[in-house]
Amino acid sequence: MKIKLFDHLILTAGAVFLMTPVALAVMSSTHSAADIHMNALSILPGGHGVETYTKVLTQKGGFTGEVTGARMVLNSLALGVGFALGKITLSMMAAYALVYFRFRFATFLFWMIFTTLLLPLEVRIMPSYQVMSQLHLLNTYTGLIVPLLASATGTFYFRQFFKSVPDELLEAARIDGAGPVKFFIDILVPLSRTMMAAIFIIMFVYGWNQYLWPILMTTDERFFTLMRGIKSILQVWVGSQIPDYNEAFALAVLAMVPPVLVVVVFQRMFIKGLTESDK
Amino acid sequence: MNRQTAPTSPRGIARLFRWGRGAEAPAAKRVQFDRPVTPWLFVLPQIAVVVIFFYWPSAQAVQSSFYIEDPFGFGATFVGFDNYRDTLKATEYRTIAGFTAFFAGIVTALSLSLGLLLAVKADKVIRSASAYKTLLISVYAIAPPVAALIGMMLFDLHIGPFTHFAALFGYDLRVGIDYWDTAFAMILIAVWKQIPYNFIFFLSGLQSVPVSVREAALIDARSGWRRFWDVTLPLLAPTTFFLLIINVTYALFDTFGIIDVIVKDKPANNPMTLVYKVYLDGFKGNDIGGSSAQSVILMVLVAVLTVAQFRYLERRVHYG
Repeated sequence: MKIKLFDHLILTAGAVFLMTPVALAVMSSTHSAADIHMNALSILPGGHGVETYTKVLTQKGGFTGEVTGARMVLNSLALGVGFALGKITLSMMAAYALVYFRFRFATFLFWMIFTTLLLPLEVRIMPSYQVMSQLHLLNTYTGLIVPLLASATGTFYFRQFFKSVPDELLEAARIDGAGPVKFFIDILVPLSRTMMAAIFIIMFVYGWNQYLWPILMTTDERFFTLMRGIKSILQVWVGSQIPDYNEAFALAVLAMVPPVLVVVVFQRMFIKGLTESDK
Repeated sequence: MNRQTAPTSPRGIARLFRWGRGAEAPAAKRVQFDRPVTPWLFVLPQIAVVVIFFYWPSAQAVQSSFYIEDPFGFGATFVGFDNYRDTLKATEYRTIAGFTAFFAGIVTALSLSLGLLLAVKADKVIRSASAYKTLLISVYAIAPPVAALIGMMLFDLHIGPFTHFAALFGYDLRVGIDYWDTAFAMILIAVWKQIPYNFIFFLSGLQSVPVSVREAALIDARSGWRRFWDVTLPLLAPTTFFLLIINVTYALFDTFGIIDVIVKDKPANNPMTLVYKVYLDGFKGNDIGGSSAQSVILMVLVAVLTVAQFRYLERRVHYG
């Protein structure tokens, strides 16, 4: 074999380009603000990690007034998990109806659901806000989570998956006298476990990383997610003499560790879910 | 040839459009349940969410775009297409539209080509490919605003390594103040964030190429470059096509977090995309009619773009 030095060189360059910013953020979060201000960012660990993270996680008003970092972590978790579970439930049920039933308006409903794929939330920012305000859902967990479920990605994945399930299963189930609900709960749901896990991971990361929606929905700091907190830091930032670089980095690290961990640990499943949705 | 099993959801969507034209029967099972009520119970929750949180706001956007709202809350006046005319006539809007096109083009081109380059190289050095995969996928999981926060530290006027580096060459890099410096930071951060996604898809596309095809290619085309152009790239066409749409969508919409962290609600002399303008006008400028008109323009743009891309490109892409 030829020596693949050149290939490795490109890959290493790519890895350095992608990882250096992350390493700098993690390492700098363990230095003091003054240290960063004087000596720039650091690629080596410093000695102030514990106090910075304790402060960010527990101290109220460190950044935003009345919310602690721990609270924001919990809110992000609620958004990620709530969104993923909601998405799986709604989309599995809808996909089941669309694939396994013959009924009037099925085609119409199908288009109604899948049209949502065409228009992302970002193009209807203002009216979405108005609707939420009319429904009195601003600053609630419902308002934070449920509207995000209005897109068809999950339904799309499950529809593709159900179509790949052999028809014989349904035939056998019917011979055994199983009705639609029994078939769904006893056969289809257990069969979809891997698919559900993959979608859970993808949707958790998606929910955790939401930025625009929490910004629109929450003005009450008790409902702030980490992403929402990041926006607040930047607003406090303006005009301070020595900005709390270390705390900003700590918050960034807190915001990126859970999704990164989930994705790395469940890497196989994640990639499979992401790339092989159509069978 | 073996069926390529990699990123295939574009095929699903393409099929959707073919089906829409009546070319393919809907996703039917050979056996289906025949119940009048049960399917409705299953589909209703999703329909309810979609109607309340998708169709209602979308309809409201269309409606508000024809009105001017009284700033003190005393009702609204019907103004026909005035909001659209004012929006499209404004020089600022046109500048932003121009920048958006430029931004989307360059971000898509750079992150696609760099993702492909890394994937092709990783595919060659199979033994360490999974290590690179792990490394890159961790970057994928980082949210755009977090990426931007870190990025802005690197471009910080006092502590930013990039600023120091540029200063070595006598260049005064002023991100947040100078228009093109800021645009440069935006593009770099957006590309950085998107490379891993493209890498994952390209790599799994490459790894699903059957061994027999690889070996045949190895015999037919000795030069690696030729092999890439004549064999690898055509085989990756469905993946590339899918990623093209995803990347354009990403650059137009998902970069909101990046732009917001960089611009910080202060348009001043900063570059921004059309989506960010919708947000600024609606929330900071309180111009609901104008913001809605911009929303509708974007909706039409996105819908046309998606449909046109699928219809046009579908015919030219070879699905193995």
